[in-house]
Amino acid sequence: MRVGVVTFPGSLDDQDAARAVRFAGATPVSLWHRDSDLHGVDAVILPGGFSYGDYLRCGAISRFAPVMTSIIEQAKSGLPVLGICNGFQILCESHLLPGALTRNQGLHFLCGPQKIRIENTTSAWTSNFVKNQEIVIPLKNGEGSFQCDDSTLAQLESEGRVIARYLGENPNGSRNLIAGITNARGNVVGIMPHPEHAIDSLTGPTTDGLAFFTSVLTTLVGK
Amino acid sequence: MALDTVAIASTTPDQVQPFAELGLKGDEYQRIREILGRRPSSSELAMYSVMWSEHCSYKSSKVHLRQFGEKAPKSDVLLVGIGENAGVVDVGQGYAVTFKIESHNHPSFIEPYQGAATGIGGIVRDILTMGARPIAVMDPLRFGPADAPDTRRVLPGVIAGIGGYGNCLGLPNIGGEIIFDQTYAGNPLVNALCVGVMRHEQIKLAKASGPGNLVVLFGAKTGGDGIGGVSVLASETFGASGPAKRPSVQVGDPFTEKVLIECSLEIFAEDLVVGIQDLGGAGLSCATSELASGGSGGMEVELDKVPLRDPSLTPEEILMSESQERMCAIVEPSKIARFLEICEKWDVTVTVIGKVTDGDRLIITWHGEVIVDVPPRTVAHEGPVYNRPMAKPGYLDQLNAKVLDIPMPKNNAEIKVAILKLMSSANMADKSWVTAQYDKYVQGNTIQSQPQDSGMVRIDENTHLGVAISTDANASWSYLNPYEGAKLALAEAARNIATAGAKPLAVTNCLNFGSPEDPAVMWQFAETVRGLADGCLEMGLPVTGGNVSFYNQTGDVAILPTPIIGVLGVIQDVRTRMPMSFDVAGLELYLLGETRADLAGSQWAYLHNERGGQAPLANLKNEMSLIDLLLESQSLCSARHDVSQGGLTATLTEMVLENNIGATITLEGDLATALLSETPGRVVVAVHKENAPALLALATKDKITVTKIGETGGESLTINDVVMDLTELRAAFMETFPKLFG
Repeated sequence: MRVGVVTFPGSLDDQDAARAVRFAGATPVSLWHRDSDLHGVDAVILPGGFSYGDYLRCGAISRFAPVMTSIIEQAKSGLPVLGICNGFQILCESHLLPGALTRNQGLHFLCGPQKIRIENTTSAWTSNFVKNQEIVIPLKNGEGSFQCDDSTLAQLESEGRVIARYLGENPNGSRNLIAGITNARGNVVGIMPHPEHAIDSLTGPTTDGLAFFTSVLTTLVGK
Repeated sequence: MALDTVAIASTTPDQVQPFAELGLKGDEYQRIREILGRRPSSSELAMYSVMWSEHCSYKSSKVHLRQFGEKAPKSDVLLVGIGENAGVVDVGQGYAVTFKIESHNHPSFIEPYQGAATGIGGIVRDILTMGARPIAVMDPLRFGPADAPDTRRVLPGVIAGIGGYGNCLGLPNIGGEIIFDQTYAGNPLVNALCVGVMRHEQIKLAKASGPGNLVVLFGAKTGGDGIGGVSVLASETFGASGPAKRPSVQVGDPFTEKVLIECSLEIFAEDLVVGIQDLGGAGLSCATSELASGGSGGMEVELDKVPLRDPSLTPEEILMSESQERMCAIVEPSKIARFLEICEKWDVTVTVIGKVTDGDRLIITWHGEVIVDVPPRTVAHEGPVYNRPMAKPGYLDQLNAKVLDIPMPKNNAEIKVAILKLMSSANMADKSWVTAQYDKYVQGNTIQSQPQDSGMVRIDENTHLGVAISTDANASWSYLNPYEGAKLALAEAARNIATAGAKPLAVTNCLNFGSPEDPAVMWQFAETVRGLADGCLEMGLPVTGGNVSFYNQTGDVAILPTPIIGVLGVIQDVRTRMPMSFDVAGLELYLLGETRADLAGSQWAYLHNERGGQAPLANLKNEMSLIDLLLESQSLCSARHDVSQGGLTATLTEMVLENNIGATITLEGDLATALLSETPGRVVVAVHKENAPALLALATKDKITVTKIGETGGESLTINDVVMDLTELRAAFMETFPKLFG
């Protein structure tokens, strides 16, 4: 299995995402923002960071990168795509996912271990979790407050598309404590906390994040 | 204003020049005239003024800093020593590590966010310039009283700036310190440390050799920001009046720097540069003169080729601009095409602005007219040197002779109140309000970060090799005895490294002081350097470089002498690192080292406004034995934590709260002294019962006093008959920062 990891100028967690792919047993393939060729990868990760310096709005410029044109097109026909943090923001700007990520309620960048509950285990990236499993992975962002209109929120909830929810105090003001969502088909997932930083207890708070990366392999094998 | 060329300067010797406004003294200006045999052109004057400023030339500190070379211990780990952008240390397995601290104190007072942000940016470029990938940052900080209105302006801005810039670069922030003291009001200290790693063969130096090679400027365009920042800001004491100096503070763009890092590393990986220098303080003046001076001396630069953000800039302003995120490389003509290609890939602006010549003069032209024609060494390396008058401060003997008058808690109830008071004080309280604003996970190699004793990062995923860094200073001790204070800071940083399980290897420093023109301050500085050099020689740790920040004073009030000492250590297998806290009950707790009544300069004394007494004397031989013991007993221990500011009270509180497992402690002798004294050379270790005999045997061999003080477990920190519920202790420890700054 080959999983592409996109590097935009300003991407920061691309090496971490590639390491997580390796830990899960797949081969990471580096994809460059200017290259529209996806090199035949089986799935794609948009990593965290500050692509294009987060200028204009987070993800607003990256969405127009040549690589995104191909990703948007193939995502619509089922390519598994995971957007982490800045990647989530890019997926929202690309309209592959609804809503938007805005400035944290407390206005500070926040970094630390975060407890979340996995509520959807049918998406391409969460199938290896047990429903309602509680996990701890790092949350680190300045603009992680998930916002959308009431009808979108109702739709996400009624269709079971909230894949993960914050537990405890709302860390950033996200509506309904939403930490991650998926599209209707379940192949595109955006998550604000960082599973790629929780794959090895030596460097992360837990190894809970690894299941995101093994999930997609299970999904692909099952195809 | 008409262009002032070298030709005009030669024919108008009597033209009056604003050297004083640029920070040059009369005799310094005369020396420039002697060097050139004429008056300098306005561009030459701009260059000399910034390069001969205190910040760039180290003119007041040079005569003292020489000791780091003269007293250098024999070391086979030093690959690049003092004088380059940063020192480089061999950590084994073909890896070289470079690290350095720099101050950005004055800009951070004026504009906290940008001042702190560009402090990070500057030190990261220094590390990058050595050929290394930056892998982590750390920030030792000092502020005025925590509840002072101005601290509420400065601190949140500084923290946001460090986070805003560092997080955007993808560099984990792995530690630092925050200390508050009245003397830092108006003079906050913002020091930034960066560490980077490379293979031995990738080390790069700042030298322009090989006539015909090209001088290439790449990175951000040059703007009007930070003009004169070096000379005007860093070399002048803030007065009560005078114009606002905001235009002298640089503005950072971390995105541009992140791209510049990746672009530079790709250029280095293909071996495309002969020499490289970043543009920091003194901008192009510094980069061109240092590169030329580091090589054979000859260089020609066409200044009008420099890409500008503001086309109205004059040549003098372009030479002095401190616009951030710029680098200057020396490239062989055969490699320039590939160099330009890599810059294009990363959308980095790149311009060939000149070439290396076989002469010995740095010649800069502006649209064909020569505006600078100087011997580059006179600009970069042969600036003025001052042996400034020094005098032991008159107040010191009286201060040292003072019998301490501090109320000590006398009964169990008072001891409990004292513990809560100490641990909720701003200096001792939990700092996670700050560190939560920094990314510590990025790059996936952070093994330890604040509040652990040292920051630790893995440098090889396959062999598990890692490095640890700690920065320390106890300015209260340095104030009482700057010679011992420097040694004590060195000992503490080294002890922190060893506590975490790494072997101390090398030292960097950032020496923050008041005005060198005050003989008392100069004496503090000289004593500090002497103490640090002696200490490093005794401990066998070479100084790899450092930074001096003078003029940290408002009016007559100087800051406490604050030598921040950074020690780098190596750990062969990061999986064996020692955490600061235990995560199981039933472990035995031992105190390594002796406790004496060392309350002078302690946090307890500080809380009672008592500044006097005698600082403890550093016993480095003992410290080295303790380090040996720590390294030898690694596999026997489950957790260890250094005893320093806040004494045993702080060590035990931090240990029990980290994993929420209590402890029952029994202490002999006067309980208040045992808990509040800050005697150096102590560490608390947690061991399984069955490992205790082996630990005791090693301690005996290393001649380190070891005392059993208790066991882990329970939901309280119980010391003799004083019972502190963990919930209560946690509330006191955690609430201070959110209350003050939340």
